[in-house]
Amino acid sequence: MSRPDISVNICGVRLKNPIIAASGTYGFGEEYTDLYPLEKLGGISCKGTTLLPKDGNIPPRIAETPSGILNSVGLQNPGVEHFINEDLPRLKRQDIAVIANIAGASIEDYEKTAARLDETDVDMIELNISCPNVKQGGATWGVTCAGAASVTKAVRNATKKPIMVKLTPNVTDITEIAKAVEAEGADAVSLINTLLGMRIDIHTRRPILHNNVGGLSGPAVFPVAVRMVWQVHNAVKIPVIGMGGIASAEDAVEMMLAGASAVQIGTAIFTDPYVPVKAAEGIEKYLSDNGIEKIGDIVGQVKPW
Amino acid sequence: MSYFCGSYPIIEKTALAGQIYSYTLHCPEAAEQAQTGQFVQIKAEGYTLRRPISICSADKEKGTLRLVFEVRGGGTDKISRLNVGELMDIIAPLGKGFTVPEKPEGRALIVGGGIGAPPMLDIAKKYGESCTAILGFRSFDRIILDKDYAAAGANTVICTDDGSYGIKGTIAAPLKVELDKGDISRVYACGPIPMLKAAAQAAKDAGVDCEVSLEQRMGCGVGACVVCACTVIRDGRRQVLRVCKDGPVFKGSEVVFD
Ligand SMILES: Cc1cc2nc3c(=O)[nH]c(=O)nc-3n(C[C@H](O)[C@H](O)[C@H](O)COP(=O)(O)OP(=O)(O)OC[C@H]3O[C@@H](n4cnc5c(N)ncnc54)[C@H](O)[C@@H]3O)c2cc1C
Ligand SMILES: Cc1cc2nc3c(=O)[nH]c(=O)nc-3n(C[C@H](O)[C@H](O)[C@H](O)COP(=O)(O)O)c2cc1C
Ligand code: FES
Repeated sequence: MSRPDISVNICGVRLKNPIIAASGTYGFGEEYTDLYPLEKLGGISCKGTTLLPKDGNIPPRIAETPSGILNSVGLQNPGVEHFINEDLPRLKRQDIAVIANIAGASIEDYEKTAARLDETDVDMIELNISCPNVKQGGATWGVTCAGAASVTKAVRNATKKPIMVKLTPNVTDITEIAKAVEAEGADAVSLINTLLGMRIDIHTRRPILHNNVGGLSGPAVFPVAVRMVWQVHNAVKIPVIGMGGIASAEDAVEMMLAGASAVQIGTAIFTDPYVPVKAAEGIEKYLSDNGIEKIGDIVGQVKPW
Repeated sequence: MSYFCGSYPIIEKTALAGQIYSYTLHCPEAAEQAQTGQFVQIKAEGYTLRRPISICSADKEKGTLRLVFEVRGGGTDKISRLNVGELMDIIAPLGKGFTVPEKPEGRALIVGGGIGAPPMLDIAKKYGESCTAILGFRSFDRIILDKDYAAAGANTVICTDDGSYGIKGTIAAPLKVELDKGDISRVYACGPIPMLKAAAQAAKDAGVDCEVSLEQRMGCGVGACVVCACTVIRDGRRQVLRVCKDGPVFKGSEVVFD
């Protein structure tokens, strides 16, 4: 058998493999090139970007948990102009799908940021309506159908680029939010963002995070993410990009069986920077070992009882 | 400058003081690149986050890195169970180290607090006798690396909080004595924040350049996640930088300590 085809097409954007670096864990793709070329990945979702530069939250911004971490970075980023002028040209010279991840404090912020990106050659825009770490602009939009729909609608009108709406798991029924953004023209949904959590130092009685609370990610959230991807895949027609705790090729395959057309990997990279590369290679091996010709053939192919 | 990620053999392990270990790894490529003040990210089996530990000493000829760390919690405890002959999984060398002139001029003053003593040992080796190392510890039984500093040629001054050895109290008094001599060309400091603040202020008052090594909780350790923020005033602007990539060493005069 010839080599299996692990390329995927997400709303018109071709990814050579289904592995995307998750927003906020891979910066703008500069830091890991000492170890391997960025082009080993199918795509990169860049650090959450806002209209104007943002300083983020006071540290400590990270706490370890069993099999995961809490973070409260608070969207520190150099702003969309810096992204367009300094990072995008470098990224676009490489064979990798470039996804801009945007956030805002108001609908106008999202609109303006998306409109600015519409003039560039970025491949896709991921709308972060689910960041738990900033008072405005984060989860406030993502936790109600009306909020999620209004941001999606505004951005839809501001750009022709494919838009992928990133959903928060901190809701009662994630499928309702997914359906709401699909109805407003989202081309894809990505999930899950982090689950709100908290850790306390019992000796000082202080929360470890200066922000008191933060978002849980890493292997600890994986089963929750698989469940939500499966539910959303069954609820919408647009592609689902799955993430949350993926740390191996096996995890990626599991997420795709649940219904993910591609996956993002974040926290696991902190433990082992090679995880995305190993996952891409491992997926190919899984397909050839099982006589499957193309990766698309496993998407959503879980056989529920 | 580049960094590496891999598993390297442990060729030496010693216990320096209660729960403080010294490891020597054979990793020629990282040793070749390493600069004084840089650090490594050590994988602790079973933990999500790697542990940042300073490079205590790099021997480019032997191709070795020495790491000295204290067991504080679960991760460092796990790492400390590794033995000679086993492999340590590290990302190294990381960050921006101290500015150590190729040809040292004048006298260097090294100020280390507790587990802040290790990263400046190679500065002492460079300056040899033209260097004073003021090292502060909680008590006699916590003292580490005093002999290494002395062997490098440094005039080594020990302080203990409880007075069980050397000068009783913090490094503040001997720091002032040394700076008052007027021949110090640079101050290098690593340790708890109050100590760094005191060293930076004293150096500023004396009109001497000072570099400090900061600690912050980290995610990636390579500059990608902006988890490890610190605030500095640089080029007249307040900026939030990354301890892991823009540091851990910063100018004492630019750091906003609180
Ligand atoms: C640049 C740098 C260099 C360092 N060099 C040394 C060294 O040479 N020798 C040494 O003994 N220690 C050093 N430290 C401190 C060392 O990283 C922590 O003591 C260690 O991470 C604690 O891990 P743990 O599993 O023992 O503790 P836990 O409390 O179980 O750790 C929980 C989490 O908090 C983080 N954490 C806890 N304390 C610190 C701290 N002080 N700084 C950063 N992260 C922390 C851990 O990395 C981990 O992610 C350095 C820290 C930094 C940032
Ligand atoms: C340090 C850190 C920063 C993050 N920053 C962002 C961000 O800027 N925008 C965003 O949409 N998601 C952000 N996330 C969420 C991740 O993209 C991802 O949704 C989540 O971490 C779950 O995946 P993982 O378990 O593989 O990390 C961040 C996560 C971490 C750990
Ligand atoms: S720890 Fe990730 S940027 Fe410093």
